[in-house]
Amino acid sequence: MIRSMKGGLLAAASLAVAGCSANGGDVRSASDTPAAEKAEKPVKFDKNPYPSTYKPYAGRPTAVRGVTVFDGEGGRIDNGTVLFADGKVEGVGGADLAIPAGYDVIDGAGKFVTPGIIDIHSHLGDYPSPSVDAHSDGNEATAPTTPEVWSEHSVWPQDPGFSRALANGGVTSLQILPGSANLMGGRSITLKNVPSRTVQGMKFPGAPYGLKMACGENPKRVYGGKGRAPSTRMGNFAVNRQTWAKAAAYKKKMDDGKAVDRDLAMETLAGVLAGEILVHNHCYRADEMALVVDMSKEFGYKVSTFHHAVEAYKIADILAKENICSAMWADWWGFKMEAYDSVNENIPLVYKAGACTIVHSDDANQIQRLNQEAAKARAAGRRIGIEVSDEQAWTWLSLNPAKALGIGDKTGSLKPGKMADVVLWNGNPFSAYSRPEKVWIDGAMLYDAMDPKRRPVSDFELGQPGEGDVK
Amino acid sequence: MMRALLLSAAALITVPAAAQDVAITNAKLVIGDGSAPIEGGTVVVRGGKVVAAGAGVAVPAGVERVDAEGRWVTPGIVAAFSRVGLTEVDAVNGTNDRSATRSRFSAGLDIAPALNPMGSPVAVNRAAGVTRAIVAPGASGSLFAGQGAVVDLADDHDMVTRPRALQFVAFGEDGSAKAGGSRAATFLLFREQLLAARSYARNPATLAEWGSDALIQRADAEALVRVIDGTTPLFVRVDRAADILNVIKLRQEFPALKLVLVGATEGWMVAQDIAAARVPVLVSPLTDLPSSFEQLGATQSNAGRLAAAGVPVSVGVFDDDDAHKMGYVTQYAGNLVALTKLPGASGLSWDQAFASISSAPARAVGMDASIGSLRAGRVGDVVIWDNDPLELGSRPTAIWIDGKRQSLTTRQDRLRDRYATPQEGALPKAYDR
Repeated sequence: MIRSMKGGLLAAASLAVAGCSANGGDVRSASDTPAAEKAEKPVKFDKNPYPSTYKPYAGRPTAVRGVTVFDGEGGRIDNGTVLFADGKVEGVGGADLAIPAGYDVIDGAGKFVTPGIIDIHSHLGDYPSPSVDAHSDGNEATAPTTPEVWSEHSVWPQDPGFSRALANGGVTSLQILPGSANLMGGRSITLKNVPSRTVQGMKFPGAPYGLKMACGENPKRVYGGKGRAPSTRMGNFAVNRQTWAKAAAYKKKMDDGKAVDRDLAMETLAGVLAGEILVHNHCYRADEMALVVDMSKEFGYKVSTFHHAVEAYKIADILAKENICSAMWADWWGFKMEAYDSVNENIPLVYKAGACTIVHSDDANQIQRLNQEAAKARAAGRRIGIEVSDEQAWTWLSLNPAKALGIGDKTGSLKPGKMADVVLWNGNPFSAYSRPEKVWIDGAMLYDAMDPKRRPVSDFELGQPGEGDVK
Repeated sequence: MMRALLLSAAALITVPAAAQDVAITNAKLVIGDGSAPIEGGTVVVRGGKVVAAGAGVAVPAGVERVDAEGRWVTPGIVAAFSRVGLTEVDAVNGTNDRSATRSRFSAGLDIAPALNPMGSPVAVNRAAGVTRAIVAPGASGSLFAGQGAVVDLADDHDMVTRPRALQFVAFGEDGSAKAGGSRAATFLLFREQLLAARSYARNPATLAEWGSDALIQRADAEALVRVIDGTTPLFVRVDRAADILNVIKLRQEFPALKLVLVGATEGWMVAQDIAAARVPVLVSPLTDLPSSFEQLGATQSNAGRLAAAGVPVSVGVFDDDDAHKMGYVTQYAGNLVALTKLPGASGLSWDQAFASISSAPARAVGMDASIGSLRAGRVGDVVIWDNDPLELGSRPTAIWIDGKRQSLTTRQDRLRDRYATPQEGALPKAYDR
């Protein structure tokens, strides 16, 4: 998404924060600067103080053949072959694709291979199982804007939900968002869905950060309930705009080389204005999404994705024109007023309008069945004459979320050179009767339904009733 | 093409029709009692009731014939343990009659007058193939939540099939919170309230004698008397294996209790005991996370393992959106079929899976002689599907409830049609209908 941004934002990106590279990889820290000069010199800080330590696990050169392949970009190969080695996809072709010597060969007649599913909206780790108060780490609901918090600092890598998403859902990457109590909830983090002792060991290498924002009912309810702003939708916008104005001033000061005190909130928002951090905006209603588009233009940022976009179908033309993705449920509705105008055809209608279409979960159970949610939406579309093939529908589950997360060049489809994030399904994944059989992440087999030893058991589950069960 | 389809869908909006006699022929016919589908089957409905269903069933003269053209024909889905009709928008309090946490009454609460047959969740769930539902109240101010009902989802103003069809009570962590903070308090409060009701039944004057020390109100006592004598099935929310065993033991003191377990997340760990006690179970079948410490053993194989042990299993939607998305039960049942192909997992056969969302919940609430299958004498709730009803995205193409043809059009369909092309036309969208 950074690369696709319009001219104005590219210019802003070129004015990247002093001392920082555009991709956030600079590791100079404030302590590099002698203390006496601190007040006079622009602040130079480490933009990546909790770096990814993720390393692909060991895999074996593998060929899966005789399967139906959905490549994640809308392509399909019947009786296809997929080759991967050294963590990367090497080739995708038909039955004639040569398999080099020494490869593990999996014959998969009647089975399907897809890229791993990417859930753009998860709270796993921040709201883990068991969902007891001591684990409630997803909403810093103490101020209407908290861009200073980072969801990764709440993620509990031992959440059993990660393994369920892997084994039952074929989910290989996911974005962990802070919750929606706040207008600006904080930074998100994109993870590879691997068991790890540390969150750094799960961090998707090179993935940009996101900023979670929320429209509508949640912020005004949470803060209105505390007797403070915002208590209305107009209050939501006022607080947002004032905060963006402050961020723009902070960024200008930095861009001009002036000294600023470190302000973690403003650093996140300046990163958004610089195009380095992607905006993921929880926003149900069509009219509010349109207002957010105007607000983003007022302050010079771009919305990557509207999440929970229940009314996206009403403004699919606007979303297509603005090149904004919609992350949607197949059929959730009725739990609050802004979810009242849900239609089962939302996803196919957005797709038909040519806008970027994503199926998301926001749920520790539904993340295990995103393929089934896509299947329901596709069927609803077909009933009103919107034909979406299986292979096209898979773009909702892998490449589109990858692009919206800024990792579309690394994963999300089965193209040579991309990460070997691969799922072998024991039947068509758009059928209720199919399940993941094997899941590879960067070419390492991390789940095998046929092998009880390839079934992760988190620390929490060790020694508990049901340890190591099929779940 | 699309436009035409949408218009024809809109044209199907109908006023509720009178009961009609109908024969649906040439069906892939599912009876719903766990038997295998019958190719080329026929179901005959007269006077609102099924009179015959099977292969080689003759169509009486003068009965309307509907050719199913080989498609799946089933009884309507019976949603086990739902909240349909009790809420329109959950977060809008005025529309939400799920629970009465500030009421001074508990077991005596009766949801029947709270049901809204015209609410949009009724139509949306109907369009997904749900024709009947077991509706339970949510929490009240005390241990017992109150009396649920069995309802129909027809497009008319009366949805009550059987009022006061069940009493609901939560044990485990939920019950502890209601009873004072521990499981010990839950079991004691349960026992004392039932004993008080029994005393009241023997001598109504005792209630006045207890005065403000009374554990229950008169209306609660009357409802609990019907629980004690087995007239009203007692639906018990319980998850931990040890709690399940203790709930079953309640019958040592109250032998007529007609227990139905709801949830039973760790039921598979004590499946033999549940089977021996002949207690039906309603499961939320895809619950597989240790969401609480009483659900540590959660697995999607719970339903399959219970069924294998001989426990009657029904599939419901709870701890989930139990008012708006009861249609999920077909998807859940399909997922249980998928588990039969997975080493180490337990699932259900297709026939068992369908019964778990039709005749099994009917049986759990003691009504399988009248609803939940297409066996002769049951209500004329029949659905024709566009595909395998347990497969993703399958939808009804025609529905009868009590022999009356139903509308399949919802408010959601109207919105969809209005925005089939999002751009404004010559007039604003508000004129597009």
